[in-house]
Amino acid sequence: MSTRRVVVVSAGLSVPSSTKLLADQLGTAVARAVEARGAEVEVRHIELRPLAHALADHLLTGFATGDLAEVLGAVRSADALVVVTPVFSASYSGLFKIFFDVLERGAIDGTPVIVAATAGTPRHSLVLDHALRPLFSHLRASIVPTGVFAASEDFGDSLLEKRIDQAAAELAALITIGSGDQPVVAARRSVEDELAAPTPFERLLREAGGDSVR
Amino acid sequence: MGIQIGIFTVGDVTPDPTTGRTPTEHERIKATVEIAKKAEEVGLDVFATGEHHNPPFIASNPTATLAYIGALTERIILSTATTLITTTDPVLIAEDYAKLQHLTDGRNDLMMGRGNTGPVYPWFGKDIRQGINLAIENYALLRRLWSEEGDNGVDWEGRFRTPLQGYSSTPRPLAGVAPFVWHGSIRSPEIAEQAAYYGDGYFHNHIFWPASHAAQMVNLYRERFEHYGHGRADQAIVGLGGQIFMHKDSQEAVRQFRPYFDNAPVYGHGPTLEEFTEHTPLTVGSPQQVLERTLSFREYAGDYQRQLFLVDHAGLPLKTVLEQLDLLGEILPELRKGFAEGRPDHVPDAPTHASLVAAATPVQVDA
Repeated sequence: MSTRRVVVVSAGLSVPSSTKLLADQLGTAVARAVEARGAEVEVRHIELRPLAHALADHLLTGFATGDLAEVLGAVRSADALVVVTPVFSASYSGLFKIFFDVLERGAIDGTPVIVAATAGTPRHSLVLDHALRPLFSHLRASIVPTGVFAASEDFGDSLLEKRIDQAAAELAALITIGSGDQPVVAARRSVEDELAAPTPFERLLREAGGDSVR
Repeated sequence: MGIQIGIFTVGDVTPDPTTGRTPTEHERIKATVEIAKKAEEVGLDVFATGEHHNPPFIASNPTATLAYIGALTERIILSTATTLITTTDPVLIAEDYAKLQHLTDGRNDLMMGRGNTGPVYPWFGKDIRQGINLAIENYALLRRLWSEEGDNGVDWEGRFRTPLQGYSSTPRPLAGVAPFVWHGSIRSPEIAEQAAYYGDGYFHNHIFWPASHAAQMVNLYRERFEHYGHGRADQAIVGLGGQIFMHKDSQEAVRQFRPYFDNAPVYGHGPTLEEFTEHTPLTVGSPQQVLERTLSFREYAGDYQRQLFLVDHAGLPLKTVLEQLDLLGEILPELRKGFAEGRPDHVPDAPTHASLVAAATPVQVDA
């Protein structure tokens, strides 16, 4: 069984950041859960703060450069994602949203994902269901049933740890079933796919004529 | 000639950020004509105009513009960058560009493009989500309109326009040979595939985005050109854009261009000029720097047939654009020499109407 690549994306801004703290705990829990199923795992942490300028440039120019290009590639090829955002004005942060706005269409089709968020008060806990789940449904990711929300007061509470472990176990199950090589959800063809293996023109002609059967 | 060197314009009406003044539409249209005349005067081979139907552009009706320029010039090839094959009726394209051939004695070709502004499509009864399909169906019809004649005309039925029965477009292409067609696309492999399938030219605008994107698309087109049996991959007909700003003193070039760069409609307010010149083919500096950078395009695109520069956007005043063309004219002999160096004999020259007519004429063999 090949090594499972898990990418943890966190959008915390302050140092230290409770968002990064939750991201670290989730990353550790996912590694433990995948290993418990007898698979090898590699967890990579990506912080968005150092990419903020590159992300704004991407919005304006339409292309990624340097570290951002490499990071977007890592997300595209990840077997699973853990995404963690602070709550800003009752939703995910703008920086978090920009990152997923510039991802190429289809980049995380079918990718299992844990959605997680932090806030200063538990009254924001529904952000997972009102903001994060619709976003990742739109991106056609496979969201695990357990989301993880942590208000300041939750850190140090064993119930948070329990939810983290539950979400990690659900994610681990999704990426260790079967050979792991067959995606659960069929991914849309990307520009990269098309460059590597172009659709023959005769087929493009048929599709232009309304024949959508591949 | 091996490679054609010229300029292309998108016809944007943009305030000059150094003065705050916006040219009128009339001024911009007349300036476009002056720029084209100057391009011929300094020895360039091609002038191409875009097609847009929305502000802040004045680039609607490219064939009227090109015909007018054709009457004021002698030699320069008149082209588009691009002609909207998605929202323009292919019947009108067949007529307009054949008419332009007759008026300019075959000095024109054209480049197909899709247009990326969603709201423009419904103005012409179309839907941008069908962009690729429109480009494919409309172009397939256009080819038939140009190639099939006789008493019966063309019978045609498709998805996107009214059926045709026994239709022949007029006038017929000059000497029975349609204008050469380029297909332009930045990031749609389907369009490179289309160009390769027909053995037409492929053009990458090669500005705004990293050169690696252009290299990927050009390589795909070259491979598929060979796949479809039109020749070897290095014999495919490739064009590239490019964006330059020159001054004898390279620091002065940067100083003068920076306000235009910083406020440019497409990429302004984002990366610095230094970052953007590193990441994309934009070159701001001395004529020698522009010469060297331009000749280096061959390293990833191979020997190619057409190089067009963008020199008149982002609010640059006419006087500055004409100065830029003078500078371009000065390095033109060196550019041509550099492009000719090491160019294998089997790489075709840039196509012209004369070369297409010659290729279509059966060779007479003495008995």
